[in-house]
Amino acid sequence: MREIKVVRQIMEWNEDCHNELHNELNDKKVLMLNVMGSPGGGKTTLITRLIEKLKDKNKIGVIEADLAGIIDAEKMAAMNIPVVQLDTAGACHIEAMSIKNILPEFNLEALDIIFVENIGNLVCPAEFNIGEDLKIAILSIPEGDDKVEKYPLMFAKANALVLTKHDLVQYFKFDVNRVIKNAKALNEDIEIFMVNSETGEGILEVVSYLNKYLK
Amino acid sequence: MHELPVTQSIINICTEEAEKNGVTKVEKINIVVGALSDIVPDSIYMYFELLVKGTILEGTILNIKKIKARILCKDCGFEEELSKRGFKCSSCNSENVKILGSSQLYIEDMEVTDERD
Repeated sequence: MREIKVVRQIMEWNEDCHNELHNELNDKKVLMLNVMGSPGGGKTTLITRLIEKLKDKNKIGVIEADLAGIIDAEKMAAMNIPVVQLDTAGACHIEAMSIKNILPEFNLEALDIIFVENIGNLVCPAEFNIGEDLKIAILSIPEGDDKVEKYPLMFAKANALVLTKHDLVQYFKFDVNRVIKNAKALNEDIEIFMVNSETGEGILEVVSYLNKYLK
Repeated sequence: MHELPVTQSIINICTEEAEKNGVTKVEKINIVVGALSDIVPDSIYMYFELLVKGTILEGTILNIKKIKARILCKDCGFEEELSKRGFKCSSCNSENVKILGSSQLYIEDMEVTDERD
């Protein structure tokens, strides 16, 4: 009997595809953002506000991933930007291959930013890289200030955390410092923003953060 | 989550490595699962047994080593396994801590029998 050293990532099928996409998007100078968070956390509204601020200077596309329907894609299309619906047909997350299959729908030469709105779910999307430059996690105040401890992978992997519906802090006894402290314990480099997408409060801070990563 | 594609990938990688190395029997596969990975070992064992029937991996022992998350106190320097107490040092009660753990998920090695043996 002998031992064979293997040392291979089990998720190499997804990692290889992620790297391929990432290189292609770098060549085409497109910034891809993977926006993740719970259903109802405010992903669509936040993306809409960001696009309003970014679209004068940048050409933007959106990939809307949903288990069913085209509700969000219709909202985005109303802003006159290219949007493609990724129908996961019940799947709880998207993989790099899902993005690879849908990317030919866009003219990458004519784009600066692609927002990918992942499936509403704090668990599975965190496990799969999809070719993105930045992972943006969203946590809305009504979800509670214990979510970082309960779903550590999402916040350990995220480059940025946006606390949405920030005006509701007082009504939900939400301890913002608890979230900041726990997110930093998991991920020292995470950037944290507080936003009220309805009034626009805090949006400009997120916009300047994203501007630093434009290619 | 996603234990079925993960198990299929373990099988694909190990079959490929076995063929490449002229192996006739894989006795054991050692897998490392990071603390933050959501993989459920019991589901992997179940899928593995179902999927390897009639292949070179039938009868192979799957050994999954799950690494536990650790907590390091940035105030007193105490380090311990992360417990249900949450993100708090059990020595000095400080909440100024760092969580140590990754979501790594890889095949470390295989114990095999060669044609030569």
